[in-house]
Amino acid sequence: MSVETEPTARQRKLSEIEGVDLDTVRASSNRQSYIVLGLAVVVGALLWLLGLHPALAVVLAFVAYLVIVYAVYRSTAGSRVAVDQVARGLVLGAFVLALVPLVSLLWTVIVRGGATVVSPAFLGQTMNGVTGLQDQATQRDGAELIGGAYHAIIGTLIITGLAALISVPIGVFTAIFLVEYQPKGRVSHLIRFLVDVMTGIPSIVAGLFAFALWAVLFGIGTKNGFAGAVALSVLMISTVVRNSEEMLRIVPNELREASLALGVPKWRTIAKVVLPTAASGLASGITLAIARVIGETAPLLVAVGYARGLNVNPAEGPMNTLAVYAYYMFTKPLSPGYREPSLDRAWAAALLLVLIVVVLNLSARFIARAFAPKTGR
Amino acid sequence: MSKRIDVKNLDIYYGDFHAVKSVSMTIEPRSVTAFIGPSGCGKSTVLRTLNRMHEVIPGAHVTGEVLMDDRNLYAKETDPVDVRRQVGMVFQRPNPFPTMSIRENVLAGVSLNSKRLSKSAADELLEQSLRGANLWTEVKDRLDRPGAGLSGGQQQRLCIARAIAVQPEVILMDEPCSALDPISTLAIEDLINELKSDYTVVIVTHNMQQAARVSDRTGFFNLEATGMPGELVEMDDTPKIFSNPSKKATEDYISGRFG
Amino acid sequence: MSAPPAASERPPAPAKPPRRPGDVVFSGLSTASAFSILLILAGVAIFLISKALPVFGADPAEVTGGEGFLSYVWPLVFGTLVASLIAMLVATPVAVGIALFVSHYAPKRLGTAVGFVIDLLAAVPSVVFGMWGFQVFAPKLVPLFGWLEEHLGFLPFFESASRTGRTLLTASLVLAVMILPIVTSVSREVFLQTPRLHEEAALALGATQWEMIRTAVLPFGRPGVIGGTMLGLGRALGETMAVAIILSPGVFTWNLIDTGNTTVPAEIALNFPEAAGLRLSELIAAGLVLFGITLAVNLAARAVVERRAEFSGAN
Repeated sequence: MSVETEPTARQRKLSEIEGVDLDTVRASSNRQSYIVLGLAVVVGALLWLLGLHPALAVVLAFVAYLVIVYAVYRSTAGSRVAVDQVARGLVLGAFVLALVPLVSLLWTVIVRGGATVVSPAFLGQTMNGVTGLQDQATQRDGAELIGGAYHAIIGTLIITGLAALISVPIGVFTAIFLVEYQPKGRVSHLIRFLVDVMTGIPSIVAGLFAFALWAVLFGIGTKNGFAGAVALSVLMISTVVRNSEEMLRIVPNELREASLALGVPKWRTIAKVVLPTAASGLASGITLAIARVIGETAPLLVAVGYARGLNVNPAEGPMNTLAVYAYYMFTKPLSPGYREPSLDRAWAAALLLVLIVVVLNLSARFIARAFAPKTGR
Repeated sequence: MSKRIDVKNLDIYYGDFHAVKSVSMTIEPRSVTAFIGPSGCGKSTVLRTLNRMHEVIPGAHVTGEVLMDDRNLYAKETDPVDVRRQVGMVFQRPNPFPTMSIRENVLAGVSLNSKRLSKSAADELLEQSLRGANLWTEVKDRLDRPGAGLSGGQQQRLCIARAIAVQPEVILMDEPCSALDPISTLAIEDLINELKSDYTVVIVTHNMQQAARVSDRTGFFNLEATGMPGELVEMDDTPKIFSNPSKKATEDYISGRFG
Repeated sequence: MSAPPAASERPPAPAKPPRRPGDVVFSGLSTASAFSILLILAGVAIFLISKALPVFGADPAEVTGGEGFLSYVWPLVFGTLVASLIAMLVATPVAVGIALFVSHYAPKRLGTAVGFVIDLLAAVPSVVFGMWGFQVFAPKLVPLFGWLEEHLGFLPFFESASRTGRTLLTASLVLAVMILPIVTSVSREVFLQTPRLHEEAALALGATQWEMIRTAVLPFGRPGVIGGTMLGLGRALGETMAVAIILSPGVFTWNLIDTGNTTVPAEIALNFPEAAGLRLSELIAAGLVLFGITLAVNLAARAVVERRAEFSGAN
């Protein structure tokens, strides 16, 4: 930190100026912190063995870790390093803390749904004609599971697909409007404001809107797949706009200028320079938007209703979707006395939804890479 | 190729702000013209009006005329896109398209305008442009690698190759070396010297030595005070500007008294 | 291409360039899309209000609860606010921690992997969170609730403990878990965008890693973190299925660890399928109120974020 020089009249060392309180840092490494961490793990294990609730033992061990680490580093390297180490511990702690419920959730979904999700009955059958009697037979007598989510899978694909068809063009073009055509000014200010308002629409309210709209257009109580797609679009458009706007905005202005300076018209600049440069971001943004609405339950509950059988016509009558299916199976088992088969179906539907989300995300990455193949290889 | 540019009574505004006032000058074909002057004097702005790139900024507009071989770039029927095809531009920071390979970058001006190009014609144009930018030998073995992977100086020459691939009449350079190291700068300056045998080159530079080294004529821009419009103080042959300028302000600037 | 109508020659009027067909189509599509948002929102407002109106004209005695719409809706609103605020308070510090871990502490590859997992979890459907909360999380909380009742029972929030764990606090904590990925991924994104120059400037002045984060990363990321938190709060406010499944609903109570209370969206979801007539209007009106609340939250967030918008780095 300090080089030994004679302080001259003109320049005094910081430490000699009144009111400056130098807090120096001495060399340190993370090694001590690992030792303390090991110690804390041992303490936690001991507490657990002594009969403490495991969660409590972990919390106490973590607090002990923070205190000891602070003390150790304060004495060896100064308080600034000690604070740094405590911050480090807290950040790592936050990470681990968050992992607990997330791992538990995934674990539960896989364990509870894993067996049923691969069964042909679940993937290939609808709930048409399935009653509590069959479930009773399955649970009590070990009969094979009857009744699945085929209709809900198809319904999910149809309704989400329709929603994406409505939302993606509107969303991306709105983003183009906001970034490329009207980056400033009152109009874009208004549109951004409205997109923000839209982001705030709770999913159930979107469902109520679709229900009310359909009630006016087609008579009260009309529920069908299109209503669901409209409800999902209301939720999806704002996400697509926001994500896309962000991504277009990141595209450096220099690239637009480079293209324009080559004598490329504005729309070709947007279509061939800006959009491809942002393609990976756009793809992941859109996919995240789809992944977000594909598991929506509440708006579909309200706007689409619940069908026991297959309905592939979104213009006519209720349909089923995986999320609504899971909800009904979980909360309203076919046979209140023999709940297991219904719960199995619910967890299987949940697992399937999670898998779809994973696949969507992975394919988004893949598409993103295919769109921008020549960067950073 | 290569055309003469006449600027007549050009006033430039950003919204209500009067950025540059009443510029008149002549830029000779097959020569290098340098614009020098302190920051904010409007030299870059004037440069950008020569291919209407200033219009990218909302609210920017001009009055007056810019004639390229007697064709007014600001005539109502003139399409700015068309102007930019004839007047190429190289920017301060190298800006190759990150999604494109070296090859695609050079051919971008053609392919983005969706002109069909046979493979052999494309190869020829590619080599010719890269040779024209003194880059061919360095990149000929990796034409399909990303343009963003080159060094800063190479990227800038790639951008010059990209600009000359559309075969413009005029090449504008907006401080093309300010983000580069001395060796790369030297390479670009050599290149500018070669370019002037085919093109009209206009370069904005902060570096007076650079202006003295590369240009045939030099224009000195200045502004009286912050918030006032910039103006062209004088324009003359480079040796004269640097040895015997006719205006006091020019002399003060080049002798390092301000700026 | 035809010449445009003669613009006024009077300077300093900008010259009107001739328009290309591609430009006309492209800008037309963009403008139309942008204005369709206005239409959609107007539609949402108009149709919801028109369907909600009957409840305001109705005889108070006919409204559920028998004392008019306001006294019907306020306990719901209160439950919604309490649950969401608890969720936000719990989730935000943890989310910022994870985001920092991913952006500045973890090795790059681990960070990328974790970021990917977080993106995935942000998309886990709420009904799955609800099922997990009901079946796994709620039972695990019962001992904690027992402990709270025993030691903090003098506080009105912890008066008596539920034996199923299906309480407002459980729902709040599940909401916290649910909004965690959203807040995290938004925060991580802005932290990663911190200009390297700022970070290196801090380090070059002798800052420790934490001091660098405090002086360079956090100030730069603050609008993003606030935005992410507000997104999370908005999601928590409107979150329906998790609460509907987990919470054993009931009348309003200050007690957070026993059955009772409910939220607006859960109330709607649980009752809408069987509702008809005035009850429909009632639920739609409750939805409107919810919309109003989330709207207010979003506007507040926007005001906060906008004050710092100059730092966004984009032009």
